Order: sequence, then C-alpha cells, then structure tokens
Amino acid sequence: MSAGGVYCGYCGRARDEGDHGACARRLGVVDPPRFCAACARRMVVQVTPGGWTASCGRHGESRSA
Amino acid sequence: MSAAPEQTAPGGTEQPGDVLAEAGERVLEGGVGLTEEQVRRVLALPDERIPELLALAHEVRVRWCGPEVEVEGIVSLKTGGCPEDCHFCSQSGRFPSPVRSAWLDVPGLVRAARQTADTGATEFCVVAAVRGPDARLLAQVRAGIEAIRADGNPIQIACSLGMLTQEQVDELVAMGVHRYNHNLETARSHFPNVVTTHSWEERWDTLRMVRAAGMEVCCGGIIGMGESQAQRAEFAAQLAALEPDEVPLNFLIPNPGTPYEDYPVVEGAEALRVVGAFRLALPRTILRFAGGRELTFGDLGAKRGMLGGINAIIVGNYLTNLGRPAWEDLDMLEELAMPIKELNRTL
Ligand code: SF4
Ligand SMILES: [Zn+2]
Ligand SMILES: [Zn+2]
Repeated sequence: MSAGGVYCGYCGRARDEGDHGACARRLGVVDPPRFCAACARRMVVQVTPGGWTASCGRHGESRSA
Repeated sequence: MSAAPEQTAPGGTEQPGDVLAEAGERVLEGGVGLTEEQVRRVLALPDERIPELLALAHEVRVRWCGPEVEVEGIVSLKTGGCPEDCHFCSQSGRFPSPVRSAWLDVPGLVRAARQTADTGATEFCVVAAVRGPDARLLAQVRAGIEAIRADGNPIQIACSLGMLTQEQVDELVAMGVHRYNHNLETARSHFPNVVTTHSWEERWDTLRMVRAAGMEVCCGGIIGMGESQAQRAEFAAQLAALEPDEVPLNFLIPNPGTPYEDYPVVEGAEALRVVGAFRLALPRTILRFAGGRELTFGDLGAKRGMLGGINAIIVGNYLTNLGRPAWEDLDMLEELAMPIKELNRTL
C-alpha cells in the first residue's frame, strides 16, 4: 500500500489525523496493510510464506513486492 | 535421575545451590529436563547470567538434538471468523480486529507449499482458524494435500485445525499428515484468563488422541499474556509431561482489536531467559522459534536465540502477521554454520 494514501493501512484513520509513527513501525515488519489507503475499507488479506495480497471491494488488489 | 542435592549453608539453613550447575549435571550430562522448581530459579537468574544460561542451553541442544535446524513454513488455509475467544488472537470473530475472513484456494496452497519447499524447509503446516474442522474444511485439506503431491512436492505436511474428534484424527492420518499442531498456549492455571470458550483439558484430549494415532505432537504456546514467572515454569513442566515432539515458542504480538492489544511486547532479555529455560526443561524436543520474535528480539536476538537452545524456525510469514524474509534466516543459519535438516533424514 502506498505510504502516500489518504488513510493509514494499519489503523484505518486519516493520515493527517494524529500520529502514525507506531503504525509505520508495525507495517511491513509484522503487519500487512489491513485498511485501504484510498477509502479506509477493511481489506481481505491473505498472508502466505513469501508475501501477502490485500483486496479492497472498491479499489482492487494490492500485493507485496 | 533426581535433582542435585541442595547445598546446606554453615548456619544449617537450606540454601538452593546454583541452578545452572544443577542443570549441567542433570540436563547436559543426564539428558533429563529440569523440574518446575528449577525452571522457576532459571527464570529468576539476573541479566548478567543470561550468556551463561544460553551457552549451557546451546550445549544441551547440540548434545541431545544434534546440530541440525528444522525449517518450516506455515500458511493460513482459512483465516478469521473463528468462534473461539482466545484473547491474543486477531482471528477470533468475537473481537473488533481488522482481520477479515478469507479462504486460500487449492492453487494458492500449492504455491505456498512450493515457496516453502524452495527454502529447503522439510515441514509445511496448514492452519485454519476454527474451533475444530468440519467436513468442508477437511475436504479442502485433502484436496490441498493431493494437489501438493501432484505438484511433485515431497515436503512433510503438518496441520493445525483446532480440536479433533477421533474420526477426524483417523482421517488426517489416512491423508498422510505426519504432525499435528495444537497449542496448550499457556499454563493450565492461567488458561481460563486467556480463553473462556473451551478448556485446557479439551485441548489436552485432542493431543492425547493425536499421539495415540501415531502422528507427531507439536504443542507450544505464547509468552507474554500476563502469566507470572511461576506460571511460565508451570507451563514448561506441563509441556514436558506431554513429551511433545515439537514445542513452538511464540512471543505475544499485541494485535489491534484483541483484548491484549495494549500488552507490552516481551522484552528481549526476558525472552532469552525463557528460551534457555525451556531448552533446559525440554532437552530432547524440537524447540521452534515462532511468532513474535521479530518484535521481541530484532535481528540480533534471533541469532542469540539460535545460539541459546533453539533448533527449529518458522521461515517467512506467519498466518496473519509478517515474519522476516526467509532468506535472512537462511543466511543467518549459514553464518552460524548450522545445517538445515534434510527431508530424507526425517523420512
Ligand atoms: S481457536 Fe485458534 S483461531 Fe480461534 S480464536 Fe483461538 S487461537 Fe484464534
Ligand atoms: Zn495509523
Ligand atoms: Zn478502497
């Protein structure tokens, strides 16, 4: 999920609201994104040994590099 | 073999001897795990003695388990929506966790098994977030195993599907599942604070059936769920009494939405004490580094744990959480000159 989205992929709150430092420390280390950066919907996430996919009902699928 | 005799102080009052000296005799030389009381004393050792503890635990591991490391990958076949209320778990449908329900399809399972085998792993564990499997889940597991075999992948398959009936145990054996994971999670005395929808004893019953059916027993738990030091020692003793083939050690990842979301991450030194103590309680068991090691230890700690009694790891991601990339752990094992257990050696 792009770090530049409107919403935080970890907590789902607006990026410009509050501090997301702790969220950033979790994302990519032990957590895949759970909320769509474009609309804050909870995504369906599948974690596999080598990566993850996350899909938003409106904005489609994103995946780990 | 009994514990080494306690030293008697000049005044006549009994003083416990040095627990690492006792462990040297009993565990390293005798191959017998520490008692619950001894584990409690190990967990109370001051920070300065951690290097000594880890060195002894490593020696015990090499003496009684050999130098090899067992590598495993795990995947979630059915994620989320679980009816149980394990307070640490982001997959319980009872908590406002952001984890949504998902099923992995058979081709996805085959790909995950292939990714895992490509790391050199000998074990692939298929996990589902359920109280116990129903017919649909078992059919998916059967189809998955058949497809993994049709892909020419010889990796050993383990399952973790919750509590089982005798018929389900027999079905899994018939599918060729060779190891079953079912964690007791924590000390029996602490379990009711962690789970209220089923009992520790119900979990124990499944483990007993699994063992009797000839599957290997994998049973561990999570450190950092509010248990006391005494309860950690109690848990180690209860695991030792079960004589499992494998004990996965997880450290709590405080997941958002769960009752434990604000619990502190277990501190590294504390976690290393637990690693060493569990090795001394379980000298001959596969002791596996599992979830939470990334937050608890960082990179340095993973290495110290591997040199402190651990002889197995889960590589890659976990069920809903991410792990370190597999290659980082494989590089670490190479650097530590620890050979990876090969498939033909376990068949
Ligand atoms: S039974 Fe398993 S999946 Fe369900 S809540 Fe407990 S730990 Fe989570
Ligand atoms: Zn956030
Ligand atoms: Zn969206």
